[in-house]
Amino acid sequence: MRNFMGLLVGGLFGAGLFTSGMTDTNKVQGWLDLFGAWDPTLAFVLSGAIAPMAIAWRAAARRRVAVLGNDLPGSPNSELGINLIVGSTLFGAGWALAGLCPGPAVASLSYGGFGGVAFLAAMFGGFLLSPFVKSFVENIGRAVSNAESIRQNKKSENW
Amino acid sequence: MIHQDWLFGLIGGLMIGTSGAIFLLVNGRILGASGVLGGLVDGSGRANRNERVSFVIGLIAVPFVLTFLWVRPDTHLSENLAVVIGAGLLVGLGSRMANGCTSGHGVCGISRLSARGIVATIAYLLAGAAAMIIFRHVWGII
Repeated sequence: MRNFMGLLVGGLFGAGLFTSGMTDTNKVQGWLDLFGAWDPTLAFVLSGAIAPMAIAWRAAARRRVAVLGNDLPGSPNSELGINLIVGSTLFGAGWALAGLCPGPAVASLSYGGFGGVAFLAAMFGGFLLSPFVKSFVENIGRAVSNAESIRQNKKSENW
Repeated sequence: MIHQDWLFGLIGGLMIGTSGAIFLLVNGRILGASGVLGGLVDGSGRANRNERVSFVIGLIAVPFVLTFLWVRPDTHLSENLAVVIGAGLLVGLGSRMANGCTSGHGVCGISRLSARGIVATIAYLLAGAAAMIIFRHVWGII
């Protein structure tokens, strides 16, 4: 049943991406291009998507478990780490560069041609690279905050 | 009058949100495309692999069927393979580092007012707008 629901949800998600025009890279790039022919379609897509989800979160808060008996997600992680910021920034740059994000990249697989397949392959490569880059960025973040605390200590010694 | 593309955007958006709502309430899962896919690619999602695979099959099959029933959209993807591959790497890397992309942070995160979702969405929108200026208006590669 979980798998059947997964199929249904993936299908509805794909139909939504298809209908909304989010598999057209011109629409996404038009939304991000504030200094060109700005296209506000994505704002309609995002607000349309957020509305049912906001209701669903309220409904979920009143339930103990999901309909199929699985645990519901816990309260959101509130840690705003360096990887969240660096990762989102890299993601945003790539999103602008091609006009595709992971959902539409998969949804358009059957009509996106060779370029679409190449994008997906590169994206999977990016997935596999992420653990290494993640720990690298964390180490830099730690080194910077260590240097900062040493500097602070020196300052207080001078006093 | 509302522009036709905007209307389709709103209807498609409602479908996206409804799919996320069903996934949450019925399966107890947060709908994030990079999370579902990433767990399959790096093997971290082995525990619910079949659910992920079914999701991906639906996500590919329904748009495929719609190209016959309705229209065959043009993705207008760049012809420049270096641009496409560079963008794919950035999207894959960045979304996994941040633990979410447009669907996970943008739709599911914002709708529950999660601080991480809101911060991530602001960061990738700003980065996307800045990248557009650099790639399109300064370098002219897209």
